[in-house]
Amino acid sequence: MADPMKIRAQMKGDVCEVRVLMSHPMETGQRKDGDGKTVPAHHIQTLTVALNGKTVVSGQTGGSVSRNPVFGFKVKGAKAGDKVAVSWVDNKGDKRTDETTVA
Amino acid sequence: MDLLRRTVLKGAGASGVLAGLLAAGVLKPTLAYANDWNKAAFEAKDFDVALKTIGAEGAAANAALVMKAPEIAENGAVVPIDVTSTIPNTTYIAILVKKNPFPLSSSFEFANGATGDVSVRLKVAETSVIQAIAKADGKVYSAQKEVKVTVGGCGG
Repeated sequence: MADPMKIRAQMKGDVCEVRVLMSHPMETGQRKDGDGKTVPAHHIQTLTVALNGKTVVSGQTGGSVSRNPVFGFKVKGAKAGDKVAVSWVDNKGDKRTDETTVA
Repeated sequence: MDLLRRTVLKGAGASGVLAGLLAAGVLKPTLAYANDWNKAAFEAKDFDVALKTIGAEGAAANAALVMKAPEIAENGAVVPIDVTSTIPNTTYIAILVKKNPFPLSSSFEFANGATGDVSVRLKVAETSVIQAIAKADGKVYSAQKEVKVTVGGCGG
């Protein structure tokens, strides 16, 4: 299991700003290691952001997203105290879900 | 099988329940999620093919779709990109890096109040045009900007 994500959800006016930092190597499958061997691809493929259990953003990513990816989204209709859950699944089937509340 | 998956995902609402199902082996992770990954689009090596695969052919430039990206990226491994669409009912945004080995970097679908705003950090292999694609009410829009890269983000 990968390290926990850092999620911040903050109301800015009537919009909730969600920022997520995921801990993931995001190997493209293109890079070679010191011995000239190709490092196999290992990256997040799908991610979901849910507000109170309802999916608000579903994303798909390839290997060209930076290592330890940071994503930012905006959601209308949220209020302080709402639950924000973020999940991801990578190409090896590893996955992680973390939650926070809207501040 | 697909029908079951939909039902479970809809009904499971709380992620805890879903996690429980996963743990119990009722759902295999690959069945629950990975099928949704658009393999053909993400593994397309040709920019035009990638565009075609996500259904973004003939996208029209629109001033309401704005992409913020640095003019010059010192480190191609981390290039911050910000895409904002004020086009009403924007439900989809994708970001492509024209000269990357696999041009499509990421795509996002919005629902239930999420607005057409996304910020990501991408690897950019060499100086390249970055293209954002947005879909709203069945129409496709695009915005682009060139980012100059001094140190490549791939293969490093």
